[in-house]
Amino acid sequence: MSLSVFAVDDSRTMREMIKFTLLQAGFQCHLAEDGQHGLEVLDSVRPDVIITDINMPRLDGFGFIDATRAREDTMSTPILVLTTESSAELKARAREAGATGWIVKPFDPDKLVRAIHMVAG
Amino acid sequence: MSDPMQEIRNSFFIECDELLEGLQDALASMEGGDHTSETINVAFRAVHSIKGGAGAFGLDQLVGFAHTFETVMDDVRSGSLAIEEHIVQLFFQCADMLSDLVRVSRDGELLSEDEMAPLVNQLKALAGEDAAGGAEPEPEVDFQPMGIAIDLPDLDLPDLDQSDDAPEEESSAGAPADQGEAIEAEGADAGERDVNDASALSHLFEITFRPEPELYRTGNDPLFLLRALEALGRAETTCTVAPSPDLAEYGPNTSLLSWKITLSTNVDAAAIREVFDFVDGLCLLEVTKLEPGSEAEAGTAPAQPADSAPEPAITASPPAEAPRKAAPAAPAPKPAATQDTPPKAAPKPEADADRAGGPGQASQPGATVRVDLDRVDRLVNLVGELVINQAMLSQSIAATGLSGNSKIATGLDEFQQLTRDIQDSVMMIRAQPVKSLFQRMGRIVREASASVNKTVRLRTEGETTEIDKTVIERLADPLTHMIRNAVDHGLESTETRLAAGKSAEGHVTLSASHRSGRVVIEITDDGSGINRERVKSIAESKGLIAPGQDLSETEIDNLLFLPGFSTAKEISNLSGRGVGMDVVKNAISSLGGRIAISSQAGVGTTFSISLPLTLAVLDGMVVTVADETLVLPLSSVSETLSIGPEDVRGLGPSTQVIRVRDVFVPLIDLGTELGYSQPRSKYDGAIVLLIAQEDGKRAALVVDGIEDQRQVVIKGLEESYGRVPGVAAATILGDGQIALILDPTDLLANASGRSRPEPNLAIA
Repeated sequence: MSLSVFAVDDSRTMREMIKFTLLQAGFQCHLAEDGQHGLEVLDSVRPDVIITDINMPRLDGFGFIDATRAREDTMSTPILVLTTESSAELKARAREAGATGWIVKPFDPDKLVRAIHMVAG
Repeated sequence: MSDPMQEIRNSFFIECDELLEGLQDALASMEGGDHTSETINVAFRAVHSIKGGAGAFGLDQLVGFAHTFETVMDDVRSGSLAIEEHIVQLFFQCADMLSDLVRVSRDGELLSEDEMAPLVNQLKALAGEDAAGGAEPEPEVDFQPMGIAIDLPDLDLPDLDQSDDAPEEESSAGAPADQGEAIEAEGADAGERDVNDASALSHLFEITFRPEPELYRTGNDPLFLLRALEALGRAETTCTVAPSPDLAEYGPNTSLLSWKITLSTNVDAAAIREVFDFVDGLCLLEVTKLEPGSEAEAGTAPAQPADSAPEPAITASPPAEAPRKAAPAAPAPKPAATQDTPPKAAPKPEADADRAGGPGQASQPGATVRVDLDRVDRLVNLVGELVINQAMLSQSIAATGLSGNSKIATGLDEFQQLTRDIQDSVMMIRAQPVKSLFQRMGRIVREASASVNKTVRLRTEGETTEIDKTVIERLADPLTHMIRNAVDHGLESTETRLAAGKSAEGHVTLSASHRSGRVVIEITDDGSGINRERVKSIAESKGLIAPGQDLSETEIDNLLFLPGFSTAKEISNLSGRGVGMDVVKNAISSLGGRIAISSQAGVGTTFSISLPLTLAVLDGMVVTVADETLVLPLSSVSETLSIGPEDVRGLGPSTQVIRVRDVFVPLIDLGTELGYSQPRSKYDGAIVLLIAQEDGKRAALVVDGIEDQRQVVIKGLEESYGRVPGVAAATILGDGQIALILDPTDLLANASGRSRPEPNLAIA
């Protein structure tokens, strides 16, 4: 069974690009528009990998990762942060929240796919 | 389906428009004193998202500007740059620039750097000031895509997938931790592959890897890291299991395993470290390059378990299987629940996959569906046909003389109601809030006020008022012109304002509201009002009116709409570019709209535009004149009267007036006016429609009879016949007959001198 990937990003364009990339690579794909929505979707979807943006309305990426790690069913699900920023501070904060890895936007589709395999086989 | 990337690109530009709208809103809030972090964040995110998307499509200029803009905005967000008036104004200009960039990027074009330089320099200066204090050295580098762990040609992912999948399916396990099962096969695979080109493996590394508990907490799995290493060459892996702690100290993230890997590879140490990029700082990692030629030694390395620790070591040809079983707690912090769920959860992803297209859209307020306008227009046309068809049916059935309570008649009533509801709903699809239009005006005000050196604030009201999309589009030009006029001519200079005891800052208010089935848009300035003496003298000097002609205030105001009229003392580079208010007036008329002015000296001027909700249908009054059937817009008819013998008076040789509650209103015989009939000798029995004009004037149209009030579908005539004075369009009536839809305002304006003593004032 193909890996199920769940991407959270407030930009519709970004969601469409991620979805396109994931489906091309043969993954299953679920999407959400912000952290809050992401947590709602996690009630019905159990992804193998989660991809999240950081700067989002309602609940940002840090909060989303925090909350995801606090859930029993997703406490060890790999979470990739997909963001335009790559400062050490951001990485430290993301990791503090429990992020597994990070990818910088604009992303190279191949790299995204490799990173997913990297954290989830 | 067309090129998916092209579709995503299109959708990106649509999103940009939405983001720019949000940005304008947020900036307007900031301008109004709302400095909450959420508002600033909304503005920041808008720019940020545009940058992110633009990057994906290689729109470098857009990315560059958005980045510079975002950097300064981030300073505001972090509080290191205070939100002051001039900053907000700068942001507004940047938002305009961003919107320009989006526009040209859409067409694959660029803005000239010269055009951008002033703003970019201002932004950089702001960012620089900040950087001096807070040292932010990497904003430009910041956008370099950073390497992801495995970026290596050797890594054959599809293979990896397949070798993973087969055993997985057998064990029907979906959780990544269970894929350890596959590793033996995969390890052998990799070995075979590597042996084939073993001669090419020039480097030998010894890698020590010991995860910290933190590594597990962040969802990393050593298994995948080891696999990635193996993909780099030929690996000999030894796993060491630390002695178990007391049961009480066991936790899901307890780290008991460490690995020593001897790797023959062609890559360098940096590439090896890159594999561990995500876990940098979360593990002990040592990468040591061994002397070339010591390969034999490396081969024996795993056989020396004692060299790293005295603990029991598992020598790994099938590297990871044993550790996984030996220490289930370590790499697999999955709760037991996970193991149970895959079979149960298996069908679920399919169900959810259907929602993947837009899971969010449905659950969010303000959810939208994007539909091609062509499709909507097709629907609008079809519904138009349906309305005509329904009318024909009603008429045919009425002709059979069925009683009103018959089933057919009641059914028909319901059918009529439903048709009308469908029509309304379809029209609603085309309706859009005027907000986007109003936002564009914000920019016009900023640019106009800057070029004439006035401080002007634009207020908008009723932005959510909806009106037909085409009306909105075609309103942009006239509205732009009027806003420029308001800033340029309507508002006084700052000195004059201060001298008059007004605030230095001029105000222009743009409002939209629904008023009796129409949308009214008003442009109000708090300037000095129309200088009627001057308007009059200009009109006289240009020969537009006779010298000394006695005109009411409204009539003087309406002079502004005459072609060739311009009050600007000298043509400013703003509003004087050849476009006069007559063009504005025509544009509004062509939309079925009317425009009126009211002005008070010293207080200000209001231009009021009244527009139909839609251009497709019209509530009409069907009348007969000399055996012709005509339609008048119901909205223009304020009253209907039947004429009594005493009501009509002559006024001069050819003008007649009718007395309506002690006011005399000029009488216009529609039949004569349109050339259908000779002037009537008596008006007895005729019907009069009182037409109220936007400027407050009234006129009485004489017709032979009123047939009906009904909704008619507007069929444009201009394409085939050009503009016919007094005629707005045509429609098809229920009996299939074609009837002209009259434009009363135009009709009265063109009415012959008999009834209008001042034809010059008539607005063309």
